[in-house]
Amino acid sequence: MHDLTLRELSAKLAAGTTSSVELTQHFLDRIAAEDAKINSFVSVTAESALTAAQAADSVRAAGKAGPLTGIPLAHKDIFCTQGVRTACGSKMLDTFVAPYNAHVVDRLAAAGMVMLGKTNMDEFAMGSSNETSFYGAVANPWDLTKVPGGSSGGSAAAVAARLAPAATGTDTGGSIRQPAALCGITGLKPTYGRISRWGMIAFASSLDQAGPMTQTAEDAALMLNAMAGFDERDSTSVQRDVPDYTAELNNDLNGLRVGIPKSWFGAGLDDGVATQVRMALAELEKQGAKLVEIDLPNADLAVPTYYVLAPAEASSNLSRFDGVRYGHRCDAPHDLTDLYKRSRAEGFGSEVKRRILVGTYVLSAGYYDAYYLKALKTRRLIAEDFAKAFAEVDVIAGPTAPTTAFGIGEKSDDPVTMYLSDIYTIAVNLAGLPGMSIPCGESAGMPVGLQLIGNLFDESRLLNVAHRYQQATDWHRRIPAAYA
Amino acid sequence: MSIGRNEVDTVAHLARIAVEDQAAEALVKDLNGILGLVDQLNAAQTEGVEPLSHPLDMVQRLRVDEVRESNQRAAFQAIAPEVEAGLYLVPRVVE
Repeated sequence: MHDLTLRELSAKLAAGTTSSVELTQHFLDRIAAEDAKINSFVSVTAESALTAAQAADSVRAAGKAGPLTGIPLAHKDIFCTQGVRTACGSKMLDTFVAPYNAHVVDRLAAAGMVMLGKTNMDEFAMGSSNETSFYGAVANPWDLTKVPGGSSGGSAAAVAARLAPAATGTDTGGSIRQPAALCGITGLKPTYGRISRWGMIAFASSLDQAGPMTQTAEDAALMLNAMAGFDERDSTSVQRDVPDYTAELNNDLNGLRVGIPKSWFGAGLDDGVATQVRMALAELEKQGAKLVEIDLPNADLAVPTYYVLAPAEASSNLSRFDGVRYGHRCDAPHDLTDLYKRSRAEGFGSEVKRRILVGTYVLSAGYYDAYYLKALKTRRLIAEDFAKAFAEVDVIAGPTAPTTAFGIGEKSDDPVTMYLSDIYTIAVNLAGLPGMSIPCGESAGMPVGLQLIGNLFDESRLLNVAHRYQQATDWHRRIPAAYA
Repeated sequence: MSIGRNEVDTVAHLARIAVEDQAAEALVKDLNGILGLVDQLNAAQTEGVEPLSHPLDMVQRLRVDEVRESNQRAAFQAIAPEVEAGLYLVPRVVE
């Protein structure tokens, strides 16, 4: 049953050939049997899951079921869950039990989805390999010696190993798309502001966006229908109608203009990845799409721009962790400054500290103009490149990540090398655009992701292109042999 | 621009993070690596370019100035490290 998509599980539930309790127990059993080696879950909420499943079955019996009623899912441990520990991958929040639910958690529960547990992640979502988690690295189900990507590495690995049929993730610089690519699943980062950030622990607030991580584009559309929409508690939530994201899935691709950024196929892109991505583009062409070479002249500025702005915003956001109101507090502080300094030194891991320090530096007196203001200007250049491109094309396509999954420990000693894992995804966040990664092949046995980027609020078109591609291919249905 | 131990100590103080001596050398090296990366921005021509702080160029939405939240002090303080009589306790600040 674990190899079925949300759509297929929904049909089985509707036909009465399974129940939510049976499904939920099935996935709980799989987590208990398989996750010790993967480490994708940091909390499993078996008891509350079964209670929620019973409630979902009652809703169905009363004839009130929606398309997601009774289907289990996992939440990234960045989303606050009332009464369940929300640690965000950090020792700082190891004992933090959130007093309220994130908007996304409430919305998916209201749609009838059943939370199986919380997934592992890079500490405060800062990482591209899931190795910065206080709860240990996550293994890639395709090869347990490799990383699953990050920061939503636990969510990606759990879906790849079919320990959950779907999961939530967040994406600040690629944290949904890159692990989706490395684990062979479908991941969607919607337009900035499309999904409320309420109750989602903040990393870089002008970039952070939640999204679904699923097996298929159709499933991502079903989840986005439930997740998207205005929420007055998030000051950057967009007041704009939510379309039915499943409505345009089957539109044909005739005449679709697909922009191919030439510079993304140059040095730095692994040959095996390039081959698979080119084959995927050929499939879109076969379905009637026109491939158009485009130029994103400021693309090289994306990574340096991000590593000014994201740390700057993080240094401000993470100042709330002070050892006073919640979170880790050091033993026997001798004064208030000592309390702050030691609580933060003990509670944060090294990557989080590096980013807070970089962020503090670029915002400090004398450096603000040279770094922070400069990066806000280059951010506009990057966003304008995309705006010009979207005057000529409907979507942009290319690789999600420059390589397939790398080895655990391979890049963890050098932050800058690690940062380059997100070289194709980061610009999308800076411009606020929606982006997806879908499985499009394998290189040396490891999954490769095709990235699709849309214009602002054009998620429907991205999902349409991804769905049509998935109708013609079966990469998204492949499961690592050990978990089939 | 490269930074040394003194600058790292200053920034760490501003960020209220204690840096131990044995960790300082690696930290200085890592931070210089990151600053080396971001120094690539110096080559960008940004004359006359307006800063972009929000991807949608939105303006801040305002709401009516009225009380909406209920008092949840007990719930919020239940997860605090140390409280007494509704107050958060910290080491004495004023003698």
